[in-house]
Amino acid sequence: MNVVTPSAAGTATTAGARTHARSQAGIITDSMPVIPASRWPHPPLGVSAAQLTWAETVPGGRYASKVLARGTRLRLRDIDGSACAHLMLWRADAPWERLNVADTVKVPWQAYMSTGHPLLSDQGRVLATLVADTSRHHDAFCGTTTVAGNAAKYGAGSVESATPAGRELLIMSALKHGLTPRDVPPTVSFFHGVKVNADGGLESTGTAGADTSVELLLHLPVVVALANTAHPLDPAATYSTTAVEVLAWQADGDLDELRATIDATDPEYQRAFGNTEDAWNAAHPSLESEVAR
Amino acid sequence: MSAPEQTFESVPARELALISGEVVLDEIAGARAPWSAIVRAGDVLTIVDLYGNQAVDTLFYGADNPVVRYSAQTTIAAQRNIFLTVGTVLRDSDGQPMLTIVADEVGNHDTVGGACSQESNTLRYGHHTKHQHACVENFIREGARWGLGKADIVSNINFFMNVPVDADGTLGIVDGLSAPGRRLAVRAEIDTLVLVSNCPQINNPCNGFDPTPVRMIVTRPSEGSR
Repeated sequence: MNVVTPSAAGTATTAGARTHARSQAGIITDSMPVIPASRWPHPPLGVSAAQLTWAETVPGGRYASKVLARGTRLRLRDIDGSACAHLMLWRADAPWERLNVADTVKVPWQAYMSTGHPLLSDQGRVLATLVADTSRHHDAFCGTTTVAGNAAKYGAGSVESATPAGRELLIMSALKHGLTPRDVPPTVSFFHGVKVNADGGLESTGTAGADTSVELLLHLPVVVALANTAHPLDPAATYSTTAVEVLAWQADGDLDELRATIDATDPEYQRAFGNTEDAWNAAHPSLESEVAR
Repeated sequence: MSAPEQTFESVPARELALISGEVVLDEIAGARAPWSAIVRAGDVLTIVDLYGNQAVDTLFYGADNPVVRYSAQTTIAAQRNIFLTVGTVLRDSDGQPMLTIVADEVGNHDTVGGACSQESNTLRYGHHTKHQHACVENFIREGARWGLGKADIVSNINFFMNVPVDADGTLGIVDGLSAPGRRLAVRAEIDTLVLVSNCPQINNPCNGFDPTPVRMIVTRPSEGSR
């Protein structure tokens, strides 16, 4: 660590310390949020910069969270090919309703999440639908990593270490939203695949390489928590998680489009979509009348 | 399936217990009902599927600290297999051992499928099933007696339930592998609160379409045999 003497930094006085602090802003790194999100230089195709509501690069070993509105489209991109985005969703206006991983695989009769797959809450509703996927390497079985697991594998797993466990990072997000460790249940992982063999054995299928992405369409206001840290079955002996790019934008028309094509989806999905609309409309009748117009 | 006249309900507990020892608990978990008890470290819980193919939805919590709770994901990630059977260490959210399966007369048990709920039943079977009693109701009501809340209910174990995953990822609850009198035993590694919903589901084969009672026997092996 570089030791900066007070005289060199000019921080011996409050005025000097303030000047020193303020001089640091404006630095651009590859691990930071862009505020406002509309200043993000490369919006997705067809999305104007003004629509962006979240633009952040989350480096390996770190986490991020945000409250996002119904109708938001959330894109996660594995920039360099070694990301693993462990995701948790709580309903923002009723955080006791949350992602239920068991229902998320059981209800659609499908363990491998890809385009069209709903992320279901414990109340028979869709928190988000996976609407685009160029990775197809995801996992709903293994969850995220633990302090003890990372300590055994890498030597450390606490948040302040260089190899933090995903559960610790998700708990950090939960705590910042007034939730507790009890509110962090099983979670899903994107960009690191796992397959089940005939005998029930689990096998890592790794990542799909650089520049793959998934897009989630949010059906309800949610708190999104994302921990970017190595998958529990990551075969690499050393910790080498790379950055996830997070972009979100308001895409209300996408829910309308889903509604218009709902007959082409599975019956379980149709009922989940219907339950979700029912709950939203019951709580927001005036908003619904605007949609109907 | 109706109960046969001679049933495993009347067999003495010491004969049914898979791990011998002093019988410290012998109770029936009624059909469609919740059940709970604390199993002390070193004690062994034998679950008897009295009438066959009865899913026993189960969650575990540290008796002294309910923040310590069962995690399906750390359990299957640690053993790299989705099926639970003899040797499986049932782990908490931090990956620490809570219990170990020490005997199993079925072969595999599920921890992927979770519990049925009134709400998910509407997705799986239609809205006409909304008012059928379900496991989550049992879990939250019985859990509340111990100070647990909805936030404490997570992906559970379904003892005696069969959930294969096909090569293309299709998974589902199919006919069970159990039979009347089949048993499973878990040894507590820490003092453990056992929270059970004796599954009331009637829309799939997890209970043979006929929910039945199961028997819970806790034995305390003698010091020398532990």
